[in-house]
Amino acid sequence: MSVSQRTTTSAREVAERVADPELPMLTLADLGVLRDVAEAADGSVTVALTPTYSGCPAMAEMRADVVRSLHEAGYADVRVTTVLDPPWTSDWISEDGRRKLAEYGVAPPGEAPRGPVPLTLGGVRRAVECPRCGSRDTEETSRFSSTACKALWRCRACSEPFEQVKEI
Amino acid sequence: MREDDHVYLSLAEEQDDSRWAFGTGFEDPLHGVDTTVPDGVDPVELAALCLGLGDDALVASQRLAEWCTRAPELEEEVALANIGLDLLGQARMLLTRVGQVDGSGRSEDDLAYLRESEDYRNVRLVELPNGDFAFSMARLLVFSAQRLAVFERLAAGHPDPVLRAVAAKGVKELAYHRQYAAEWVVRLGDGTDESHRRMQEGLDTIAPYVDELFRAVPSGQDVREVRDEVGAVLAQVAAAATLAVPDFEVMAGSGRDGVHTPCLAPLLFEMQSVARALPGGSW
Repeated sequence: MSVSQRTTTSAREVAERVADPELPMLTLADLGVLRDVAEAADGSVTVALTPTYSGCPAMAEMRADVVRSLHEAGYADVRVTTVLDPPWTSDWISEDGRRKLAEYGVAPPGEAPRGPVPLTLGGVRRAVECPRCGSRDTEETSRFSSTACKALWRCRACSEPFEQVKEI
Repeated sequence: MREDDHVYLSLAEEQDDSRWAFGTGFEDPLHGVDTTVPDGVDPVELAALCLGLGDDALVASQRLAEWCTRAPELEEEVALANIGLDLLGQARMLLTRVGQVDGSGRSEDDLAYLRESEDYRNVRLVELPNGDFAFSMARLLVFSAQRLAVFERLAAGHPDPVLRAVAAKGVKELAYHRQYAAEWVVRLGDGTDESHRRMQEGLDTIAPYVDELFRAVPSGQDVREVRDEVGAVLAQVAAAATLAVPDFEVMAGSGRDGVHTPCLAPLLFEMQSVARALPGGSW
């Protein structure tokens, strides 16, 4: 805990409110990439982030956003570190985050597989609910989408395409 | 200004001019990670291991990126670019790790852009030109199956915590890549006469380069186990795809020792051209 409170908002609260650059309806806390916020006695702040995917191009952007937001809140000395272990899982997306994704038209992920993922051919996949009309009569049109963390789906009931955050 | 109008604004607003656009000013992907080499780990051996695995990913990623504007469908173009991006991310962390442990202080960029083909340590399978889409799917299937088997073992027990963490993250991505490639192999193999013929041709074309993947399995791992695991995946996919798994004849030499096909140098020439034309430039 900081001894001399220069602002009424804690560093954790500031960092938790930073929006994700690719999924701006989510905060970094919603997405589960904000792993730790430590406020030292001298007022310096260390924020730990984890990437969603190895090649996530938004990491530099997230770091810059966290530093900028904390600077604006009066924290002059901010350090952002990367945590790789344990690796990010879509299970870390908060309940709040899942609700916001659906409201935004992006289907939230189901439960991530645990342990080694077997190769399944021709198996029936989990039914994903259309975030627009709620129908479960949907089909995957592409296993990848505009970002590494999403797949592309289509609703057979309302004919709308939508994105889904993949389970990993 | 609306909240989502400025998602990339902080890059422009930061004082650093080199970060004027999204994706520029590449910085250490292991930023803030404890980079100490643990006692009992030989840095030379660790660097060589990370270099081979990093080069595999970097070259594979470059070939996947070449599908942009050329893939059969827009969705596949997006998929291949995303798979390439995952592999590029793995390469960045692994090459950064090389520069940390080999004592040279080289950055990921130094290693990616300033080495000649004979200094690359990737297996030859990943450097072959794309050609037919079916060939690229055959290659992606066997490459991701082998890499997944190797990464699962690294994640479970390698003494270097950085490599272990990179592998644990990669495992999730590679399982997804393998699934994607397998589905295409089945779709083409079990499709029309023409797609079946070309899918079989794709498998036959990669056959001479598969054995090298097993010779590249890191020391300490059970090569037989890895070989059986990959073999089982290929058999499963081939059966569903009505294809024949070809024999993997042994070809002399290995990319791990710097032996390459003539295809690697032109790939690197293109990949490195901007960095070499503007040494030290940032963009």
